[in-house]
Amino acid sequence: MAQPARLEPTLEARVEDDAVIRLRGVVNRFGPQTVHDGVDLDVRRGEVLGVVGGSGTGKSVLMRTIIGLREPQAGTIEVLGRDTRALDNAQSKELRSHWGVLFQDGALFSSLTVAENIMVPLKEYTNLSPRLMEEVTKVKVTMVGLPVEAGSKYPGQLSGGMRKRAGLARALALDPAIVFLDEPTAGLDPIGAANFDQLIRSLQQSLGLTVVMVTHDLDSLIAICDRIAVLIDKKVVVGTIPELLKLDHPWIQEYFRGPRARAAFGS
Amino acid sequence: MSLAGNIETRPDGSNLIVDASGTWTLATISGLDKQVRAIAPSSGQSVSIDLRNVGLLDTAGAWVLFRLRERLKGEGFQAEFSHVGDSHEGLFHHIVECEEQPPMNLQKFHPFRRLTDRTGYQSYQMWLETKAMLAFFGEMMLTAAGALLRPRRLKFTSIVSHMEQVGINAMPIVGLLTFLVGVVLTFQGADQLRRFGAEIFTVNLLGISFLRETGILMTAIIIAGRSGSAFAAQIGTMKVNEEVDAMRALGINPIELLVLPRTIALILVMPLLGFYADMAGLVGGALMAVISLDLSIGQFLTQLQSAVPMWSFWVGIIKAPVFAFAIALVGCYNGLKVEGSAESVGRMTTRAVVQSIFLVIVIDAVFSVIFSFIGI
Repeated sequence: MAQPARLEPTLEARVEDDAVIRLRGVVNRFGPQTVHDGVDLDVRRGEVLGVVGGSGTGKSVLMRTIIGLREPQAGTIEVLGRDTRALDNAQSKELRSHWGVLFQDGALFSSLTVAENIMVPLKEYTNLSPRLMEEVTKVKVTMVGLPVEAGSKYPGQLSGGMRKRAGLARALALDPAIVFLDEPTAGLDPIGAANFDQLIRSLQQSLGLTVVMVTHDLDSLIAICDRIAVLIDKKVVVGTIPELLKLDHPWIQEYFRGPRARAAFGS
Repeated sequence: MSLAGNIETRPDGSNLIVDASGTWTLATISGLDKQVRAIAPSSGQSVSIDLRNVGLLDTAGAWVLFRLRERLKGEGFQAEFSHVGDSHEGLFHHIVECEEQPPMNLQKFHPFRRLTDRTGYQSYQMWLETKAMLAFFGEMMLTAAGALLRPRRLKFTSIVSHMEQVGINAMPIVGLLTFLVGVVLTFQGADQLRRFGAEIFTVNLLGISFLRETGILMTAIIIAGRSGSAFAAQIGTMKVNEEVDAMRALGINPIELLVLPRTIALILVMPLLGFYADMAGLVGGALMAVISLDLSIGQFLTQLQSAVPMWSFWVGIIKAPVFAFAIALVGCYNGLKVEGSAESVGRMTTRAVVQSIFLVIVIDAVFSVIFSFIGI
């Protein structure tokens, strides 16, 4: 049996400055098509960063590149002060225990119950006793606002909103420093989406998380994002909404001044 | 900030002070948990859990500390936290919410219970499945009767297109495989019969077994794997895309539009494929007979004509439409049973193939019994 990788709680202390994620000159190409051409991006500790962009601008690709599911053609990616591309397998696995990922529809393992899903990372990375593991799992289930009965259900038996919450619980299983969310409110009704925003915000504050979320939901952007990274012209522009509004780029103007945006700002 | 977590107890007058310090996270919690469980104040002491020296704290750590306090309270002691850091308050807030919930009911793995559970469940499912398939059969028959009364409602274009897909497109694979089986059968037969000097009876063996059983059975199994699965996957994908629901919403009967054309096409095509398979098998056999038995084509044909009654051929072909019906029924039924996800399409397609091959062989056995009764 493989030894569980050791968690080093001091890893965060090694990062001297505020950037927990630092991208420099990241290039992503699919065949002849260049999606990212020299992306620079800093994600600060404890912030909620929203990532927006038109379809096909590579929001999800950017996220997948940061979490190492995709190898960029060029550039460096530092997460918690480490160059992700220079790590060996053990180091890279250890680094992965410091972030959690919520995929679009939860990406729960369909053959496992919600509780078993949450236990997957716990079993992989820790040596908790079964009893303590169950207790910690229960804490996570209730933390994301699921009823405890949901723990023994299979993903197929849950609604879309509950699957997202369960996916978030799994992403938070190891109390990671960074959480990546891929369209967390897509497919939820406005009330469910607002609740989910609230949940993310309150967890972010109480657990001190750094959150990177890809989203199209203007309400979420306004409600919970500290800064917004906009993917335009194969690069990234980052700033708060007022800062971005000062930029004279047609897409940004259209996005933040369009009728939907006005409605969202107005509320 | 120390790497390890610590917990110490010291008496303070009539009180007991529990000093938690250092790192209380998933990395350190296993050892701490044991120490925490061992804390047992003597009677009358009130306990203060001092958190001022706790560095990193995560939900697991907070939970273990919280549980200690609740346990001591439950045992009748006064127990309180002191010096909870600001950054840790939020964590305890979540934990309190969790504690208010009833315990989580996780099912433990129990081999015997699991065995009986699954046996019962599967038997019941099989019963439900049989009923559902019979119901589908009935619905299909009613729709078919309705469509036959008004033949204009039948989609001839669709039937012809399916005939091409399941019939003409299947010819290369059916032909090749049955040809090879004919070759193998003749070769093996000749090898054994030669020992008795009865090589010529290889032709009887080939002719009768191929026309009665092998040809049509091979065809049915190939078609079940090729077209039964395709039916299930096509209809299943439409089910996932809600196309089937859209049809129902428009007042179109999906059985009439999806199931009938496929079934009719397969029923029409299967006897033809069966005949074609018989011929391919006989050609393969003839080729092998010429090579290994030194028979001429003429001798082969004469022997075949005298050994094989016409009925052998009909016994094979009669079964074809029945097999076709079973394959189409099972394929379409499983396709319509797809629910929700792409994963379900895969599962139902697999089931369609397994069930239709199973049914084909069962039906073949039933035919054998019937034929032996009436003496053909």
